[in-house]
Amino acid sequence: MAFPPPMRWDEAMNLRTRVISALVVLSTSAALTGCGSSDDDKTSAPKSETLTVYAAASLTGVFTDLGKKFEADHPGVKVTFSFGGSSDLVTQIQQGAPADVFASADTKNMDKLTADGLQGDAPENFASNTLEIVTPPDNPAKIDSLDDLAKKGVALVICAPEVPCGSAAQKVEEGAKLTFKPVSEEQSVKDVLAKVTSGEADAGLVYVTDVKAAGDAVNGVTFPEAASAVNTYPIATLKDSKHAALAKAFVELVLGTVGQEALAGAGFAKP
Amino acid sequence: MGRTRTVGLPGWLYVPALVGAVFVLLPLVAIITKVDWANFGTLITSESSKDALLLSLRTSAATTVLCVLLGVPMALVLARTTFPGQNVLRSLVLLPLVLPPVVGGLALLYTFGRKGLLGHALEVMDIRIAFSTMAVVLAQTFVALPFLVVSLEGALRTAGQRYEVVAAGLGAGPTTVFRRVTLPLVLPGLLAGMVLSFARALGEFGATITFAGSLQGVTRTLPLEIYLQREVDPDAAVALALLLVVVAVVVIALARPDRREP
Repeated sequence: MAFPPPMRWDEAMNLRTRVISALVVLSTSAALTGCGSSDDDKTSAPKSETLTVYAAASLTGVFTDLGKKFEADHPGVKVTFSFGGSSDLVTQIQQGAPADVFASADTKNMDKLTADGLQGDAPENFASNTLEIVTPPDNPAKIDSLDDLAKKGVALVICAPEVPCGSAAQKVEEGAKLTFKPVSEEQSVKDVLAKVTSGEADAGLVYVTDVKAAGDAVNGVTFPEAASAVNTYPIATLKDSKHAALAKAFVELVLGTVGQEALAGAGFAKP
Repeated sequence: MGRTRTVGLPGWLYVPALVGAVFVLLPLVAIITKVDWANFGTLITSESSKDALLLSLRTSAATTVLCVLLGVPMALVLARTTFPGQNVLRSLVLLPLVLPPVVGGLALLYTFGRKGLLGHALEVMDIRIAFSTMAVVLAQTFVALPFLVVSLEGALRTAGQRYEVVAAGLGAGPTTVFRRVTLPLVLPGLLAGMVLSFARALGEFGATITFAGSLQGVTRTLPLEIYLQREVDPDAAVALALLLVVVAVVVIALARPDRREP
C-alpha cells in the first residue's frame, strides 16, 4: 500500500500558526478592552504642567505620597513617576528620557549622570538605607544573627553581587569574615523578598525599608554588622528639564521636613 | 499533494510582508551593530557565560524530552478521541501560551513550592524542587509544552485516520498502528513541535526567575545571565544575546527536515 507523502514542514507550521494567531488575537483584544479608561485625561486646571520624576524602586511608597502632597501644594501641576532599578533609569535618561528629577538608590548611578553632564544642580543626599535579615514570620531556621546565615542547611537568598543590594551583602559578608552559600542570587531586592514571603527561602538579606513595607508577611532581624554597608540616596534636578523651577521645588520638598518625616516613616535613615 | 502550479500573489501584498520582515530583522541588526567585536570572544567565554550556556542547553534538551513524553500522548488524546469537555480541556492546556510567564512561575511556586499544593508531599519524600535545576526544567516545560501539543495535534488532524483504519483492518494492534502508521505520518509535525519547544525553553525567562531563582551553574540560564549582566556590563549582555540568537538559529536549521518531497 502507498502512503500519502507525510505532512510537510511548512504545512505543519501553518496549522500551528493558525491556532496560535487565533489565541494571540483573542488575548490582545482582551488586553485592549481591559485598559480602555485611564486617569490621565482628568486634568483639573486648564493650564497644567507635568513634572516627571525618575526614582529608585525602593522609593515607590514614599515618593508617591510626596507627589500627591506636591500636587496639592501646586495647583495645576501633575507629578508622574517612573520607578525602577537605578541603573535602568540612568540608561533611560542617557537615551533621552524626559525626566525632570532623578533620585538614585546609590551614589554610583548618580555619578554616571554627572559624568555625562546631564544633571542640573549638584546632587544632594537625602536618605540612607541599610540591610536587615528577613525570614518568614515563623522563622523556621531560627535565624537571630548574621552568623546564622552561614549555617549549614539554611536556604539563604541574597542579591547578586552585580546589583547594589548584592554588593552591600558582599561587604557585610566580608566584613564579618563569613562565607554565605546562598541557594539563589536574585536580580533585585524585591525578588529576594518574594522568595522569603512565599516561604521558599529560610532567610534573605534586604533593606530595612523592605522589611518595614512587607509588614506581617515577614519577620525582620537587625544585626550590628549592617553598619558596614550603608547605601546613600542622592537626588538631583536634570539639566534638560523644561520645568526647572518645579523640579527644584520637588527636590526641596524631599530634603525638607515633610519629605524627611515621610522617609523616616518608611524606615529610611538620615544620609 | 504533488507539485501544484503556483499562483502569483497580489502585488500589494509584498509591501506589508516587507514591512513585517524589516520590523522583525531590524532590531536584530541593531543588536549586531552594538556588539563589541574586539572583546566578543572574551565576553562569551567567561566562566559565568559558559556555565549559563551549558545550563541553558542542558535544561532545554531535558525540557524537549519531557515535552515529547507528555505532549505526544496529550496531542493523540486530543486529536483522536472525543469526550465531554474536550474543547474546554484543549483551551486549558494551551493556557501557558497566553499566561504571562511570571504568572506561570507563581503558579508553579504555589504548586511545587514548600507551601504549595504538593509542597507537603514533596517534603515528606525529601524532594526539594525550588532553587534546583529541576525547577528550571519544570518552568521551561510549563511554557513550552503547549507548542508541541498544538503543532502535533494539528499535524494529526491533517493526516487524518484513513491509513490507521486500514492498518487496523489488516490486523495491526493499536500500538503497531501508532508506531508504523501514525508516527511516520506526523513526524514532520512532531519535529516542528520539538524545535518550537526547544526554542521556547531556550528563551524562557519569567517563569524561571520567579520559580527557580538565579544561581550560577544551577539555575542561572542564559536569559537570566543576560538580564544580570545588563546591570553592570551591557557589552557582555549584548554579546550573550547574540550567542543565544545564534544557538537558536543553529538548532532550528539542524532540526529542519528535508523539504524534498518523497
